[in-house]
Amino acid sequence: MRFVDEFRDGAVARTLAARIADLVEPGRSYRLMEFCGGHTHTISRYGLEDLLPESIRLIHGPGCPVCVLPIGRLDMAIDLARRPEVILCCYGDMMRVPASGRASLMRAKADGADVRMVYASTDALALARANPDREVVFFAIGFETTTPATAAALKQAGAMDLGNFSVFCNHVLTPSAIAAILSLEDSPDGEGLQVDGFVGPGHVSTVIGSAPYEPFARDHGKPIVVSGFEPLDILQSVEMLVVQLNQGRAEVETQYSRAVGRDGNRKALDLIRETLALRESFEWRGLGSIPESALRVADAYAAFDAERKFGPESLSVPDHPACECGTILRGVKRPAECRIFGTGCTPDNPIGSCMVSPEGACAAHYLYGRFRTERAAAE
Amino acid sequence: MCLAFPAQVIELLPAEQAVVDLDGVRKTVSVLLLEDVAIGEYVMVHVGFALAKVDAEEAAQTLALMKEAMALTGPLADREEVPA
Repeated sequence: MRFVDEFRDGAVARTLAARIADLVEPGRSYRLMEFCGGHTHTISRYGLEDLLPESIRLIHGPGCPVCVLPIGRLDMAIDLARRPEVILCCYGDMMRVPASGRASLMRAKADGADVRMVYASTDALALARANPDREVVFFAIGFETTTPATAAALKQAGAMDLGNFSVFCNHVLTPSAIAAILSLEDSPDGEGLQVDGFVGPGHVSTVIGSAPYEPFARDHGKPIVVSGFEPLDILQSVEMLVVQLNQGRAEVETQYSRAVGRDGNRKALDLIRETLALRESFEWRGLGSIPESALRVADAYAAFDAERKFGPESLSVPDHPACECGTILRGVKRPAECRIFGTGCTPDNPIGSCMVSPEGACAAHYLYGRFRTERAAAE
Repeated sequence: MCLAFPAQVIELLPAEQAVVDLDGVRKTVSVLLLEDVAIGEYVMVHVGFALAKVDAEEAAQTLALMKEAMALTGPLADREEVPA
């Protein structure tokens, strides 16, 4: 596959890793947070941590929308799905995420709720057209990468006056989450996190561009390198971060220049601005309530807002007491440090959301990384 | 979740849609978020929408920078056994 295979070349990966090993300064540690769950998945799948020197620690950030969605919002979606008139459409990632009382959309479907897995928001529009006597609700989640698809569906629903289509909007914003992580840095309880630099999300940045990260580099002194998703992309981004840190620079650089520019996708951003609006505040799993960190349906499209149409009760539900998803999403703990990791909580039977999506820190570690830990323990 | 694949545009359809090919798998996606899409171009596809064009020149430069590392240090594979 063009633009994929050439970025997975093992020999180039090993030389890049050797060059990074030559670059790291003795006695110095480099704590780099990869924000995006897609990067977490690549790092685990290709064993990149094994290639890198020990002084580089990769911290898995909260960039997995399934993982940061609080239980309460999922309970609200399940309540919507249980209404007899509703067809609830969602992306496949959401089906098995555990809600309150071990419920999930999958179980709600087994109990008779009409839950449909869709590949694209436009599939939900087609369902609404084909079922004029039903209410089709699109359960929209995701960071800025996924938001334009929802915005396009809203715009199309408006143009077609599709009265039985609505969106339950849970879109969240990357820069707000990075700001929240940086604000943890100086927290007095020691629960905060020390991060030296960020591997910035590549596909989010195809939409928003690299410019929104510039304040973090300027005001917090943290270098950010926007990275592609193949193993060589990530290694090169790590190298670029190490070079910046060694030189005492903190700038926004783009390794993923084949897809990302400074200004992002103007058409997508215009569409989002027209159909969606900023929420005053939104709850994130692991990070708590963050001001202006999520989007709702804009007033001009209120007729297509499932929250206004059905008025689901807003719920805020605590996580399972043994679950460490919160501390793991903040990068304070590693997956293996959770006492139910791999025993009570596995991808087949997840308790926390980080174990559900293959890009969740726990699922990625369970699938690929735990063998390394077990081997190290045995030696 | 933010998974996106580089796929080649092989046919332009009405209503800002296009057929793309990813290693033999063909799919109709929306290209309404892009300007002037041409047949033969590669686009990043995410949940049924093409989000960005892939710049082949930039990709070649990125690869060249990576391979520069090889020219400087030589392939490490000769020096050390690393599991593939």
